[in-house]
Amino acid sequence: MRSLKIGTVLILVLISLGLTDARGKSLKKASFMTHWLPHAQFAGFYVAYEKGLYKKHGIDLTIIPGSPNRSSYEYLRDGKADFVTLWLSSGIKMRAEGLKVVNISQIVQRSGFMLIAKKTSGINTILDIRNKKVGLWAAPFDLRPMALFLKYDIKVKVVPQSASLNLFLRGGVHMASAMYYNEYHTLLNSGLDSHELTPFFFRDYGLDFPEDGIYTLEDRLTSDPDLCRAFVNASQEGWLYAFANPDDAVDIVMKLLRDAHIPANRVHQKWMLEQMRDLTLRDTGSGPLWKLSKEGFIRTCGEMKRIGFVERVPDYNELYKDLSR
Amino acid sequence: MKTRGIAFRLSFFILSVVALIFVSVFSYNYYFSRRILIKNAEQIARHFTLETVNRLETVLSSVVKVPLGLSSFLEYAQYYSETLNSICRSTMANNPEISGITIAFKPFGYAQEKLYHTFYYSKKDGEIELLEEGSRVSHYFTLDWYQISKELNRAVWSEPYYDAGGGNMLMATYSVPFYGTQSGASEFMGVVAADVSLTWLQDIVSAVKILETGYAFLITNTGTIVTHFDRDVIMNETIFSVAEAFGDTHLREVGKMMIRGESGFEYFKGPYAGKDWWISFAPLKSSGWSLCTVFPDDELMADVIRLNRTVLFIGISGLFGLFVIIVLIARSITRPLSALSKVTETIATGELDAQLPAIKTRDEVGRLSESIEHMKTSLKQYIVDLTRECAMRERIESELQIARQIQMGILKKTFPAFPDRSAFDIFAMIEPAREVGGDLYDFFFVDDHNLCMVIGDVAGKGIPAALMMAVTRTLIKARASTVLSPDEVLSIVNNELAEDNDSAMFVTLFMGVLDTHTGEMTYCNAGHNYPFLVSPNGEVTEIETRNGMPLGLVEDFPYETGKIMLPPGNIFYLYTDGVNEAMNAHDEQFSEDRIQSDLARLKNNSIRQITDGVMDSVKAFSQGMPQSDDITMLILKYYGNMEKTH
Repeated sequence: MRSLKIGTVLILVLISLGLTDARGKSLKKASFMTHWLPHAQFAGFYVAYEKGLYKKHGIDLTIIPGSPNRSSYEYLRDGKADFVTLWLSSGIKMRAEGLKVVNISQIVQRSGFMLIAKKTSGINTILDIRNKKVGLWAAPFDLRPMALFLKYDIKVKVVPQSASLNLFLRGGVHMASAMYYNEYHTLLNSGLDSHELTPFFFRDYGLDFPEDGIYTLEDRLTSDPDLCRAFVNASQEGWLYAFANPDDAVDIVMKLLRDAHIPANRVHQKWMLEQMRDLTLRDTGSGPLWKLSKEGFIRTCGEMKRIGFVERVPDYNELYKDLSR
Repeated sequence: MKTRGIAFRLSFFILSVVALIFVSVFSYNYYFSRRILIKNAEQIARHFTLETVNRLETVLSSVVKVPLGLSSFLEYAQYYSETLNSICRSTMANNPEISGITIAFKPFGYAQEKLYHTFYYSKKDGEIELLEEGSRVSHYFTLDWYQISKELNRAVWSEPYYDAGGGNMLMATYSVPFYGTQSGASEFMGVVAADVSLTWLQDIVSAVKILETGYAFLITNTGTIVTHFDRDVIMNETIFSVAEAFGDTHLREVGKMMIRGESGFEYFKGPYAGKDWWISFAPLKSSGWSLCTVFPDDELMADVIRLNRTVLFIGISGLFGLFVIIVLIARSITRPLSALSKVTETIATGELDAQLPAIKTRDEVGRLSESIEHMKTSLKQYIVDLTRECAMRERIESELQIARQIQMGILKKTFPAFPDRSAFDIFAMIEPAREVGGDLYDFFFVDDHNLCMVIGDVAGKGIPAALMMAVTRTLIKARASTVLSPDEVLSIVNNELAEDNDSAMFVTLFMGVLDTHTGEMTYCNAGHNYPFLVSPNGEVTEIETRNGMPLGLVEDFPYETGKIMLPPGNIFYLYTDGVNEAMNAHDEQFSEDRIQSDLARLKNNSIRQITDGVMDSVKAFSQGMPQSDDITMLILKYYGNMEKTH
C-alpha cells in the first residue's frame, strides 16, 4: 500500500515534469518580425503560430508584424527581434556593413520583383523606360532597378515610391516598383487589366535574386542553435501547411489584417499565397527548397558590388548556415 | 381526333386558341410593363444618384475652398505669417468637416537648414492646436497627400484612409500645391492639405434607401469601396476584387466605367445574394469618385409580378370558366343529339313507336328532332300503306295463279290430240310471258273430217288479255262449223268483240279449216303473222294470206277466206309474234328469217321436236333477256294417205 503510493507520486511527478517541459517551463521565448505587413507573403509563419507549431517545437514565439514604419533590419540589429525576414540583398548589405547576420533558411527562391508601366504611357520595351518617371522604393529595393538601368544604359527620373500605388495610378509616375504577388494584383483590383500593363520581371533580365529569407544574428545561432533549428523547422512546417490548405491560411491572415485594421481582401491574399507557393516551391531557378542557392547568392553579391551598394561582399558560408536536418 | 366527340373538339380547339391569345397578351403585357418600369426606374435611379452626388459635391466643394484659399494666400504672401495662422484657425472653427490642416514645405523650402517643415493644425477637445514641424509628418515627402499633388501639380483628393488615431473614422485629404517665385519663375514650394472627415459622406450615402433593400455605396477612383452597409467591405474590397471573387467580368467592366468617370444604368444577373440587381452610377466630378445605387430587380418588378399574378389568376380562372361553359353548351347540343341518334337506331330496327326525347329548343337540334318525328310518322303511314298494298297484291297474285290454271286448262294439252287419226299430226305449245298470257290456240273437228285450228294474239297481257283470249276462243268455238266459212266465223266474232269494246282491245287471229281427206285448207287471217309451209325437201314457204283487220277493232269488217292445198308430208307452221319479235341484248329481233332457217333445219324431226327446237333457238338468241311476249306455236304435219313417219 505504502510502496504503491510512493510509486504513484513518482509517476505523477514524472508526468508533470514532462508536461511542463512540453507546455511552458522549458518553452523558449523568442521573437520574430516580418519585413512587411502581415500579408499572405508571410502566411507560413502566421499559420505555424496559429496552429501551435512553434509551441510544438518548444518555442514561445512573439510575432512583431512588419510595417512601413519599422524595419525588421533595425529590430534585428537592436535586438528587439530574434528572428526576422529579410531580402537576401538586405542580409548581404548588413553583413557587409559589419552586422553579423546569418541566413538560416531561404523561403523565396525565385524573384517576384518587377517594374510595371501602363501601356498608355508608351512603354512597351525596356528601352522605352528612358527619361521616364520611375517610382522606386527606398534601399535596398532600388538595387535591382539601378542595376537594370545601368545594364541597359538607361537614364530615368527617379521618384521615391511610398507604400501606396496611388501616385502611379493617378499618373504621377510612368512606372512603379511592384511585387508580382502584391502590387501587381492591387493594380488589377484597381481597375487596370493585365493587357493594359507592361510588366518587367527582374528575373527576366538576369536579376533573379533570392528574396525572403529567415535571418538571425550569428551570436544567437552560436548560443542556441537548437532554438534556431526549431524555429526554422516550425516555420517550414507552417509554410507547407499553408500551401496545402490555402483557404485555411488565408483565413488566418485575413483575421490578422482585420484585427490590425489593415485594408485587405481575400482574393488579394489568396493571389499572394498562390504566387508565394510558386516562388517558393518552384525550384527551377536558384536552388532547392528552403536552401540558399550559392548561384543566387553570388549573382546578388555581384550586382550589389557592381552598383556600389557594398564595397565587399561576405562569403557564402559566412552568411548562410544550413540548419536542415 | 375524329373519334372524339363534339364537346371535346369544341373545348380543345377553343381553349387552345384562347389560351394562346391569353399567353400572347400576358407575355406582351409583362414584357411591355417591364420595359416601362425599367425605363422609369432608370430615370428615377439616375435622377436619384445625381441628386445624391450633388449633395456630396456641395459639401466637398465647400471643403476644398479652404486649402485652395490658403494656397492662394501663401502664394500671395510668400510666407507663413500670423495672418495665415488666424485664417487657419478660423476656417478650422467654421468647417466642422475639416479635422486638420497641414502646410508642408518642400525640402529646405521653409528654411535653408530645415529639410522638413510643416504647420499642422488639429482639433483636440474642441480646441485648435498648432504643431510646428510635428513628428507626424516627418516623412511626408513620399506620402500620397504631398507627393501626388506635387507630382501632378494640381489639387487632388487622396484615397480615403482611417484616421491616425486608430479609430474607425474615415478620412480623406485634399491637397493643393502652392508656388513661390524664385528669380522670376514660378516654383513649387509645398502643399496645403486639409484632412476631411468623411463621416458626413458615409451618413448621406448610407441614408439612401431604394425600394426595400436597395442601397447606395461609394467607390474611389481606384475602385475601393468607401461606404457600404457591410462594414467589412469598406476600404478592404474594391469593386474589382468583388468582381474577381464572384468571377463577374460584367461587374469588372462596369467598375472600369465607374473609375473612368462615366455614369450608367446596368443590370446584373446574380450571384449577389442570389438576386438580379440594377445598378445606377454617376461620378463625383471633384474627386473622381463614383456613387452607385443598387436595387434588386424583384423589388422593382414587385408590382408587375403582383399584377401578373392577378392577370394569371384571372386568365386561368377565365379559361376554366370558359371550359365549363363550352362543355355545358356542347353537352346541351350533343345530349339531345345522342339521344336522337339512339332513338333513330331504335327506329332503324323497326321500332317506329319509339318515343323521341323532348326537345324544347327551337334551334337546329329542335328542327332535327321535328324532322325525325315527321319521318317517323311518314314511315308509319308508308308501312301501313305498303302492308295493305302487299296484301292486295298477294291476293291478285293468287287470283292470277288461279286464272293461269284456268287459262291453261282451256288450252288443249294432251298430245297426240287425235291418236286415232293417221292423216295428220298436230302439236301446240304456249310459253306465257307473264302468268296469264294473251295468246291462244285451239283445234277441234267441226265434223268428222274437217279440223279447225286457231292461233291468236290478244293485244296486251295479263288478266284482260286472258279474258279476251278466253272470250275469243269461246266465240270461235261456238261459231265454227261446216256451215260457215272461216271469214263468216271471224266476221261474226269480230262484230261480237267490237261491240261495247270500250277498252279498244283487239286480237290478231288466224283460223284455218283443214279437210283431212283432201289436204285442202280454207283459212282467214285477221291481222296475224303469215304461216309457214315446210315441204319434205326442206323448202319453207311463207303463205302470204290476205290480211284482215284484227278482231274487235272495226265492226263489219269484210274478212275474206283463202284456200291452200297441203300436199302430204308438208308441215304447216303457225306462230305468234312472241317468236319472231323475241329480242336479244342488242335490240335485235329473232325475225322470220331465223324461223324459216330453223324450220328448214328441223324439217325431218317430229313436230314436237320442231317446236322445241325453235323454242331453244329463241332462248339461245335472247341470251337470258326476259321474255317480253307470249310465245305460241301451232304445228301440223299432213300425211293424207301416207304412212306416218313419226
